Amino acid sequence: MKKYTDSGSKDTRSGFGAGLEELGKANENVVALCADLTGSLKMNAFADQNPDRFYQVGIAEANMMGIAAGLTIGGKIPFTGTFANFSTGRVYDQIRQSIAYSGKNVKICASHAGLTLGEDGATHQILEDIGLMKMLPHMVVINPCDYNQTKAATIAIAEYDGPVYLRFGRPKVANFTPADAKFEIGKGDMLTEGTDVTIIATGHLVWEALQAAEALETAGVSAEVIGMATIKPLDEKAILASASKTGCVVTAEEHNRFGGLGESVAQTLVTNNPVPQEFVAVNDSFGESGTPAQLMEKYGLNADAIVAAAQKVIARK
Amino acid sequence: MSQQDLQAVVSQVRRDIVRMVHAVNSGHPGGSLGCVEFLTTLYFDHMKHEPKAFQMDGKGEDLFFLSNGHISPVMYSILARAGYFNVSELATFRKLNTRLQGHPTTHEGLEGIRIASGSLGQGMSVAIGAAQAKKLNGDDRIVYTLHGDGELQEGQVWEAAMYASAKKVDNLISTVDVNAQQIDGSTDEVLAMGSIQAKFEAFGWHVISVAQGNELDAVKSALIEATAATGHGKPVCILLHTEMGNGVDFMMGTHKWHGVAPNDEQLADALSQNPETLGDY
Repeated sequence: MKKYTDSGSKDTRSGFGAGLEELGKANENVVALCADLTGSLKMNAFADQNPDRFYQVGIAEANMMGIAAGLTIGGKIPFTGTFANFSTGRVYDQIRQSIAYSGKNVKICASHAGLTLGEDGATHQILEDIGLMKMLPHMVVINPCDYNQTKAATIAIAEYDGPVYLRFGRPKVANFTPADAKFEIGKGDMLTEGTDVTIIATGHLVWEALQAAEALETAGVSAEVIGMATIKPLDEKAILASASKTGCVVTAEEHNRFGGLGESVAQTLVTNNPVPQEFVAVNDSFGESGTPAQLMEKYGLNADAIVAAAQKVIARK
Repeated sequence: MSQQDLQAVVSQVRRDIVRMVHAVNSGHPGGSLGCVEFLTTLYFDHMKHEPKAFQMDGKGEDLFFLSNGHISPVMYSILARAGYFNVSELATFRKLNTRLQGHPTTHEGLEGIRIASGSLGQGMSVAIGAAQAKKLNGDDRIVYTLHGDGELQEGQVWEAAMYASAKKVDNLISTVDVNAQQIDGSTDEVLAMGSIQAKFEAFGWHVISVAQGNELDAVKSALIEATAATGHGKPVCILLHTEMGNGVDFMMGTHKWHGVAPNDEQLADALSQNPETLGDY
């Protein structure tokens, strides 16, 4: 199987910051808004280089979403930045009415998603945001897997006309996708081919899925790993092609099993080619304080959990 | 536009409002009627805008955002009468497949609407964004909003009010329809807000209070005064004291016509008080 190496761990939020900085230079219509988390979102470079196109709104996320919607009316491409919890749950109605229903070209960029926010605990660790966002008609939902992909996705969404939810995280994680890869919305990445089981992962779980595939190979199991950065629109073609080859699927995500990637994959499978599926996801629970690694282990969101799920789903074929 | 011509629009718009809500036995006539003089003056006398060539970005035009979207009957009538779309379309209000949804939306591409509203408290934020985009684009036109007074109970309004003055969004004129009524009763009974003027002033706004918000003359001078106050570092607020249901005697002085349609008899009564001036749709 194809092996991947970590070129040096980096946080995905820094990929966002780097992408935004490039956009600041390349596209004068790109503007950015932040609700008092400029450093956390790595938006400083854009803010310093484009002071007239950066809006510090203070701790007022609802107002930020409305202002972003209004900026699009003047032809701007606004990128909002705050934590994932405050980017979604806190402002759901503002996004629903002023952005999604109004069809506004706002890019909702959300850091510190999921358990890997760590010690701050459950008030800040949203595990429901993918579900909230994917339920909104025509909202694009993207959860890239590493620094390079987050940077590429940030740049790509400026070219797309419509609302986008871009989800990324806080901790340094393996950076393994090519630095020069162009991000294509709605297209899954065939990372390693296999014949016994399909592993479809998003966000931080993609690296874990690759680790799991290596462990499975040692155990004589051939796993196919698809990185699914775009949860909506979903690359159904890639899912169905792989499922018909392997006959079973494991999904893996740093999100509640309700409303996440796994649920979308299951809908694709049951309406086209029902094969067994196992879910590596948080099981209808809030998070808690701890280090990212401790939390991912406790909540069953790592390579070991993916290996166990793969073995279970293969037995169900 | 002459006072007489404006008055003719007012009378016709009132007819449109009561006929629209009567036809579908739903909608919000009370607040709509209270804002007829304001919106007539704004759209027919004051704003620079292009009804026949609607563009979402509205570059070089004044923009208006309705934040209290439930008064959609008056909004639709004003837009149609101003020429954004054919008045015959008013007959589709709230019916299946209409562009004139219960609350305004961009979803069906209705000319003149730039944002969905209905869930309250969001319009000022949107208008601020549009106003800041105008500044970035070197466009010196003005952005207007309208809010209900009950709507000020939404916290987002005050996030926006704080931001607008802190960031010197001085190409923004936000009008509050102070009719002192909301669904469950008077604003004082439901959630007394104290002095709205003192609150906006404390938030750093230039405030203009209009005691006779249903008088065309008073509205006109307030809009001229407000426009003159733009460009001086402060957002501008007009507190427009109106009477809910204005122009239809049995709908005045009560909150009961907030979201209730007239029956056949009441419709006839309302129409008899407002002559057909520009032709019913």
